[in-house]
Amino acid sequence: MDLILKIWRQKNKEAKGELKTYEVKGVSPDSSFLEMLDVLNDDLVNKGDEPVAFDHDCREGICGMCSLYINGEAHGPDRAITTCQLHMRKFKDGDTIYIEPWRAAAFPVVKDLVVDRSAFDRIMAAGGFVSVNTSGNTQDANALPIPKDDADKAFDAATCIGCGACVASCKNASAMLFVSAKVSQLALLPQGRVEAERRAIHMVEQMDHEGFGNCTNTGACEVECPKGISLENIARLNREYLSAAIKAE
Amino acid sequence: MTNLDAKIPEGPIAEKWTNHKNKINVVNPANKRAIDVIVVGTGLAGGSAAASLAELGYNVKAFCFQDSPRRAHSIAAQGGINAAKNYQNDGDSTYRLFYDTVKGGDYRSREANVYRLAEVSANIIDQCVAQGVPFARDYGGLLDNRSFGGVLVSRTFYAKGQTGQQLLLGAYSAMSRQIGKGKIKMYNRHEMLDLVKIDGKARGIIARDLVTGQIERHSAHAVVICSGGYGNVFFLSTNAMGSNATAAWKIHKKGAFFANPCYTQIHPTCIPRSGEHQSKLTLMSESLRNDGRIWVPKHLKDVEAIRSGKMKPTQLKEEDRDYYLERRYPAFGNLVPRDVASRAAKERCDAGFGVNATGEAVYLDFSAAFMRYGKEKANVEGIENASEAEIRKLGQGVIEAKYGNLFQMYEKIVDQNPYETPMMIYPAVHYTMGGVWVDYNLMTTVPGCYCLGEANFSDHGANRLGASALMQGLADGYFVLPYTIGDYLANDIRTGPISIDSPEFLEAEKEVKDRLSKLINNKGVHSVDYFHKKLGKVMWDKVGMARNEKGLKEAITEIREIREQFWKEVRVPGSLNEFNQELEKAERVGDFLELGELFAMDALQRTESCGGHFREESMTEEGEALRDDKNFAFVAAWEYKGDPKDAVLHKEALEFKDIELKQRSYK
Ligand SMILES: Cc1cc2nc3c(=O)[nH]c(=O)nc-3n(C[C@H](O)[C@H](O)[C@H](O)COP(=O)(O)OP(=O)(O)OC[C@H]3O[C@@H](n4cnc5c(N)ncnc54)[C@H](O)[C@@H]3O)c2cc1C
Ligand code: SF4
Ligand code: FES
Repeated sequence: MDLILKIWRQKNKEAKGELKTYEVKGVSPDSSFLEMLDVLNDDLVNKGDEPVAFDHDCREGICGMCSLYINGEAHGPDRAITTCQLHMRKFKDGDTIYIEPWRAAAFPVVKDLVVDRSAFDRIMAAGGFVSVNTSGNTQDANALPIPKDDADKAFDAATCIGCGACVASCKNASAMLFVSAKVSQLALLPQGRVEAERRAIHMVEQMDHEGFGNCTNTGACEVECPKGISLENIARLNREYLSAAIKAE
Repeated sequence: MTNLDAKIPEGPIAEKWTNHKNKINVVNPANKRAIDVIVVGTGLAGGSAAASLAELGYNVKAFCFQDSPRRAHSIAAQGGINAAKNYQNDGDSTYRLFYDTVKGGDYRSREANVYRLAEVSANIIDQCVAQGVPFARDYGGLLDNRSFGGVLVSRTFYAKGQTGQQLLLGAYSAMSRQIGKGKIKMYNRHEMLDLVKIDGKARGIIARDLVTGQIERHSAHAVVICSGGYGNVFFLSTNAMGSNATAAWKIHKKGAFFANPCYTQIHPTCIPRSGEHQSKLTLMSESLRNDGRIWVPKHLKDVEAIRSGKMKPTQLKEEDRDYYLERRYPAFGNLVPRDVASRAAKERCDAGFGVNATGEAVYLDFSAAFMRYGKEKANVEGIENASEAEIRKLGQGVIEAKYGNLFQMYEKIVDQNPYETPMMIYPAVHYTMGGVWVDYNLMTTVPGCYCLGEANFSDHGANRLGASALMQGLADGYFVLPYTIGDYLANDIRTGPISIDSPEFLEAEKEVKDRLSKLINNKGVHSVDYFHKKLGKVMWDKVGMARNEKGLKEAITEIREIREQFWKEVRVPGSLNEFNQELEKAERVGDFLELGELFAMDALQRTESCGGHFREESMTEEGEALRDDKNFAFVAAWEYKGDPKDAVLHKEALEFKDIELKQRSYK
C-alpha cells in the first residue's frame, strides 16, 4: 500500500508545531500501524532527516505507552484496541492519514507525537493505593473472602492501562474515567474500602490541580477507551466523592 | 579460574534463610534516614524493592526509561504467578515448589536460593491481596488457581490474562504512596548509562534525562539494578521494544560478573513472523497448550497444498496429520516443558513441514477441545441429539470464556479467525535465565551493587518454569533485598552524603559523554536497526534453539565484525541535548553487540546440553538434550577484561544436597 501521512512535528515543548506531509510506499497490510511508522523512520534516517518521535514499548496493548490520535480518533479507527494493535489492513491503498499527539493542557507535548502524562502519576501518588506496608506480615490472602462479582468488577476497573485516550477524546480533557477506574477498583475490595472516600477526595483534588477539565457526561471517553472501562465507574466515583464531601461539612 | 563464594548460610536448607535473617546486621530506623539507595528499574523487582526500602526509611531514588514506572515490561506478563499456598489441598508444599523449580531448571540453579524463593512465595500472595490486587476468585470468594507446564499441582494465581499488569500496578501503587510522601524520588524517562565506583564500592550512577538529554550524576550508598532481561539481543523477541541490557552490561564492565549468558528461553507458542517489517513477536500464553493440539501434515505434498492455498488445514484427514508431541512424548504430550516443545517444532519445520509461507509455523488446533467441551455442555444443558455443528458452537463458547482475549489478540494480528481455522504458532525468544551473578544476598561482585529480577541469574537454572519469573521478581524486591541490604549498609551509617563532584563521578560522566558524542558525530550510512537486525539474525541462526561448535565460532567472529562496522557506519540523527530515540537505541544496541559475543562464547564453552541450551554434539539417541553433570554442574560467571573476547571464566560449583541429580524425562 502507498500512503500519504500528515504528521504533527514539534521540536520540543516550547517550539511551535505543524503538520508535515510524508509519503510511504509498499506498506504491507499485515504490518501494524507502528511498524508502518518504523518504515517511515528508517527512510528518514537513511535520508539524513530526523525520524518522527512517538511513544511505544510493549506493542501488544498492555503498557499504555502508545498514544496516537489518528484521523481524529484516539488510538485510530478500530475499537477496543491501542494504537500498537491497529493494523494497516484497516486502511486503503492511497489513503491520507492524519497523525497527531494527545491534545490536553495537562499533557504538554514533549516532542512530535510524544506527550508528558506525568500528571497521571501525580494523581496516583495523591491516593491511588492502599496504605499497607510490604512487611510480609499481612493476614492470609484467603482470610477475607470477596464475592466473585465484586472481585470481577474490581478487576475490570483495574485493567486501565493509563494511556490517556479518555482525556484525549474528551472535549473538556477530563481525566474522570482514569481516576474513577482506580477509585472503583479499590473501593470495591474490602482492603481498599477503608480509605475509599479519602482516596476519592485526594485524587480528584489532584486531578483538578493538574488542569484536567470537568466531566460533563458526554461518554466520549468510554467509546475510545481501549480497555472498555465503563462509565459506571464515574458514577461510583461521584458517589464516593459526594459522601465524603458531605461528611466533611 | 577461581571458585566463587556464594555466601550460602550454613545449616539445613529449610532453616538457612531464617537463621541468616537472625544473624545479619540491621540498620536502626534513625540511621536509615541518612542512607540513600538508587534503584534502577521499576518492574516487579525494582518497583517492589523501591517501595519496601522507602517504607523501611531509606531515601530511594528510582529510575526507569519509560514515562511512568507503571509501564515496565513486567506489565505484559499474562499467565500467572506461582506460590506454594496449597489452597487446593493437592499436596503442594515449599519443598515441592523448590523441587519442581530445580528440576525444571535442569539442575543448573543454586539450591539455597531456590528454596528461599519457594519459602517466601506464599507471603507474596498475602501481600498483593492486601494491596488490592484483584486476583481471580471462585464463587465462594476464595482465590482460584490454575496449573502450568512441568508440574503436577495447581499453584498458579492469576488475574485473567493480565497477571503481570495487576501485580505491577500493585507494586506501582505501593511506590506511588512513597512518592507522595517524598521517600522515593522518581526519575521517569531517565536511562542509567554507567555505574560509579569509589574505593571499589558502588556509589552512584550516571544517567541521561531522555527529555532534555542532560547527563546527570546521582550518588547513593548502594545501587540496585532491576533492569530486566536481555532477550532483545535477538532483535525479535516477546520482550517490549525498549527492553535492553545496558544497565546490567555497564555494571558488568565495572566489575560485576555475568553468569550463564547462553541460557535463554525460547517459548513454543508465539505468533509466527509475517514478514520483513516485523518489529516484535507476540506470545500466546502457555495455558493454551492445555486445550490445543499441536500438529503438522504427515506428507510433504499436503504441506505444499496448504502453503499454496489449494487446501485448507481443516480439510486434511485425521490420519494425514502428525501430532508430533503426542507421538514423541506420550506421557506429557502437548504439555512438555517449553524447551522440549520448541525444539520439536523446529525439528519439524527444518524438515520442511512448516505450514506457512516462511516455513516457520505449526498448527495449534482447538477443534478436538471444541467438541469435547461442547458435548459436556450439551449434556449439562440437557440438549438431546445436538448436531455436530451445534456441539462445536457450544464448545467454542466454553473456549471463548477461557481464552477469549488471546483469541481476539490472535485475530487482530493474523487476520484469521482461530475459531474457524487452527492457530499458527512458532517458537520465539522470551526470557533470559542468565544474567548478572549475585550471591545469596543478591549482591554482585561489586560491593554495594545488587541485582534483582530477570536481570540476575539466580533462580531458574537453565530453563524457567511458567509463572516463576513474577514470583522471583517480587520475592527479591519485597522479601529478600530489604533484609540483606541492611547487612551491607550497617557499615555506612556514618558515611554521610556522597558527593557527586569526586574525580570518580567526573570521569564516569566524561566517559558517557564521549561515547554518546562519538555516536552522534559518526555520520555513518546505516540506521541503528540495520545493525540490530543483523545481530539478531546471527544470534537466531547460530546461537538460537540448536547450537554447535562450528556455528558458535562463526557467530563470535561475525558478531565482532558487526560491532566494528556499527561503530564505523552507524548513523544517529539529531543532537545530544534533546529527546532522541535513535540515540537511545544506539546506546543499547552498542551493548547488545558486546553481550552477544559473550553469549556465544558461553554457549561454546558449555559443550553439554541443558534446559534451553541445546548443543547438537550432546544429545541422546532419540535426539533429546543430554547433560554432563560431571563436567558442567557449575555456574559460568564471566569477568570483563576490556573486551568480550578476553573475558575470564570463573566457576561456582553447584552442589545438590537436597535433590538428587537426574536426567529429565518427559516420555
Ligand atoms: C509476553 C511475556 C509474558 C510473560 N508472562 C509471564 C507469566 O505469566 N508469568 C511469569 O512468571 N513471568 C512471565 N514473563 C516473564 C516476566 O514478565 C519477566 O521476567 C519479569 O516481569 C521481569 O521483571 P523485572 O522487574 O526483572 O524487569 P522489567 O519488568 O523488565 O523491568 C525493567 C525495568 O528496568 C528499567 N530499565 C532498564 N534499563 C534501564 C536503564 N538503563 N536505565 C533506567 N531504567 C532502566 C525499565 O524502565 C523497567 O522499569 C513474561 C514475559 C513476557 C515477555
Ligand atoms: S480509562 Fe481507558 S482510555 Fe483512560 S487511561 Fe485508562 S485505559 Fe486509557
Ligand atoms: S505500545 Fe504498549 S500499549 Fe501500545
